Amino acid sequence: MERMPKWADVALVPLMSLMLAFAISALVIAAIGENPWAAIRTMVTGALGSTYGWGYTLYYTTNFLFTGLAVSVAFHAGLFNIGGEGQAALGGLGVALCCLFIPWPHWSLALIAATLSGAAFGAAWAALPAWLQARRGSHIVITTIMFNFIGASLLNYLLVNVLKPQGSMDPATARFAPEVRLPGLHEVLAVAGIPFSKATPVNVTLLVGLAACVAVWALIWRTRLGYEIRAFGKSEKAAVYAGIRPVRITMVAMLISGGLAGMMAINNVMGEAERLVMNSVEGAGFIGIAVALMGRGHPFGVLLAALLFGFLYQGGAELALFTSIPRELIVVIQALVILFTGALDDLVRRPVAALFRLTRKETR
Amino acid sequence: MEPLGGVSPDGGRPAAVAPSAPWAIELRGISKAFGPVQANRDISIRIARGSIHGIVGENGAGKSTLMSILYGFYRADAGEILIGGRPVQIPDSQAAIRAGIGMVFQHFKLVPNFTVLENVILGAEDGALLRPSLTRARAVLADLAREYDLDVDPNAVVENLSVGHQQRVEILKALFRRADILILDEPTGVLTPDEADHLFRILRGLRDQGKTIVLITHKLREIMEITDHVSVMRRGQMVATVPTPETSPEQLAELMVGRKVLLHVDKGPAAPGRTVLQVENLALTDAQGVQRLRGINLHVRAGEILGIAGVAGNGQSELLDVLGGYARATGRVTVNGVEIDLTGRTGDGRSRRAQGIAHVPEDRQVRGLILDFAAWENVGFGYHHAPEYQKNALFMDNDALRADCAAKMARFDIRPPIPALAARNFSGGNQQKIIVAREIERNPDLLLVGQPTRGVDIGAIEFIHKQIIALRDAGKAILLVSVELDEILSLSDRIAVMFDGRIMGERLPSETNERDLGLLMAGMAG
Repeated sequence: MERMPKWADVALVPLMSLMLAFAISALVIAAIGENPWAAIRTMVTGALGSTYGWGYTLYYTTNFLFTGLAVSVAFHAGLFNIGGEGQAALGGLGVALCCLFIPWPHWSLALIAATLSGAAFGAAWAALPAWLQARRGSHIVITTIMFNFIGASLLNYLLVNVLKPQGSMDPATARFAPEVRLPGLHEVLAVAGIPFSKATPVNVTLLVGLAACVAVWALIWRTRLGYEIRAFGKSEKAAVYAGIRPVRITMVAMLISGGLAGMMAINNVMGEAERLVMNSVEGAGFIGIAVALMGRGHPFGVLLAALLFGFLYQGGAELALFTSIPRELIVVIQALVILFTGALDDLVRRPVAALFRLTRKETR
Repeated sequence: MEPLGGVSPDGGRPAAVAPSAPWAIELRGISKAFGPVQANRDISIRIARGSIHGIVGENGAGKSTLMSILYGFYRADAGEILIGGRPVQIPDSQAAIRAGIGMVFQHFKLVPNFTVLENVILGAEDGALLRPSLTRARAVLADLAREYDLDVDPNAVVENLSVGHQQRVEILKALFRRADILILDEPTGVLTPDEADHLFRILRGLRDQGKTIVLITHKLREIMEITDHVSVMRRGQMVATVPTPETSPEQLAELMVGRKVLLHVDKGPAAPGRTVLQVENLALTDAQGVQRLRGINLHVRAGEILGIAGVAGNGQSELLDVLGGYARATGRVTVNGVEIDLTGRTGDGRSRRAQGIAHVPEDRQVRGLILDFAAWENVGFGYHHAPEYQKNALFMDNDALRADCAAKMARFDIRPPIPALAARNFSGGNQQKIIVAREIERNPDLLLVGQPTRGVDIGAIEFIHKQIIALRDAGKAILLVSVELDEILSLSDRIAVMFDGRIMGERLPSETNERDLGLLMAGMAG
């Protein structure tokens, strides 16, 4: 019943949770005998202090955007899609096949085709768990987790036995043709005369990701399908009363979700590696869950959360590179952020809500 | 804190207790706001020890908020609570229990797969080991049962008990915690007339033993029957407290609504036309293999209201589910001569609407509304494919929905008239009005209505009944399901009584009465 202002709900509470997570991270760093202040400075300058740092931060951000949106769409339908990792891996297969076996005259055509292909493969990988949930009631959390492992095994097999070029010792596909190389962000920004580091993997996919944010927002809050997805997610019984078919919504929402996860591959496979390697997703599918939770399922929130995790990824890499803080500590910091912004949300929310009640009473 | 106009500061004089005795409950200047909504405004009331005190008011009048403050769910913004003459702080329900207050909620708070005994001690165990608590509770329960006619088998599993018995378990829970003051929120909403009578006997017994009972209800007949004093709330204020013998249902209704209210439904004779709904041999077996419908035959003609009476759980819900398109059944159902699909292959809520069937579902919060959606989003619920709600092939026209919602709010007097407010934040009556507005304004050939006024305040009941009759007078067919016999008798043009998945018989309202229908409802063919 008691509500705090919207700005506090969507901005203040997550920010305070974040500060709390950073504060405890600082304590942990101090406890292992390092200087937390120096660590934070290294992270910030490393991730945001140069266009080089920004390039990597935004590259990771792009990955998390897609997986975060994927989890969000399923979330609105009341479905917890833990399978972003596998769907993005399969998306990588779709992108790789599209880039390897079709001679594209120009990268723009290749990008469109690869986006569709990656989305189709990701969607296909989400389809079976979705069908099992819709028809047989097999819990989607369990099946999507299992499909992550099946997907990883499938890719291992394909890379080692089918797609690896003859004579290569490396379980990866051949390098894509130069025609399908995606322009880096520095090339895009150069058009506007903005200088940007050439040595980073961030590429035009970032723009696709931003477009996907807008598209997901429009889908969820402006279309009939989005209306049905949200209604179904809030109350299945009411949805059925309204003539919304649960099987259809479950399938459609999961196909969109898997498709978005699969689209991530145009960033890491086509844009960065320019070939398909083993374990190409590197956990971005799981980070997407945290991103979606922290972004509260709203594309703009997802964008902010993806930026935060992009910063943590890049800043963390810098930390491991330039200080004697062990690499594992980065995982601790990331875990604390997830813990405080996701799982322990109420820890901050309740006192803040109580504070607002108090001040409101006094002003009256 | 001045007393408000219309409030009698004196809570009425108790019959059995000397005037000098402290009041069981005294509230002084209680105020509570939720954001901009002032749910309770400077409420002062005294409740005499050893009396039954009724509190009536429309939904949203603030009764539940007031009781929640008394039970520690909310904290008042201002005001004092005195129990037995002593000022107390009630920050949580534990404190309320310590102060001797017991609460029986409308929706029971029982663990269905626990026994009665286990439910009674839950949260009041003596220690880590259960056996001593259970043994003690068994003895206490036996005493209580003897003293108050509260007979319940302590070893019965709660989910196997009838609703009436479950309610007794709730009362026992409160008494086991040594409650002197018992608050009951709409206790008869789920009871058959017989069970309600038994409850009243129990309550009178409790009062005669010195307990104080606060009864929250919207049924004026019950207030007149059982209470000693009655307080009326309207829009967050306590507008009157009077001894029950000195008032009348008409006066109370007027106090509640703030204007004269018609307690009887004004309706002309029906002019039935062609048959709209024809149901033949409708049968349904649920997932547990229980036969819920055993060959239903009925028809509803244009311009008439067929009322289905019956005790809840005798197949009425399933009948509505099948006709509404979300339960599978066998048999044959035609609407306007066209057969509708009962197998679920092509028939669903959407296709039913396309066939001219609108549906005000029995449970508005579970089916009829998405509580987290704004009112304007709910206004198109089920009709979100309608062309007037589309901007183009791709997008919905949210502005059209908002405009439609604002218009419906004006026409149906839905309060507060804020389309952006989530459905959850409307009172029960206003939630129901949102649904009724949505379904009736589609101008359906057949309207299915389940429990249209359950938990709805008097003002809204009158309004909803008028709307249903207006639809009938416009030549539409209406199938009304209700467990309120009053409602069935006053609205229906024909009455069919359901028992155990069958139609026990049909009556004309002019040729029957509650007794006659009661026999049919109990499964005795008349």
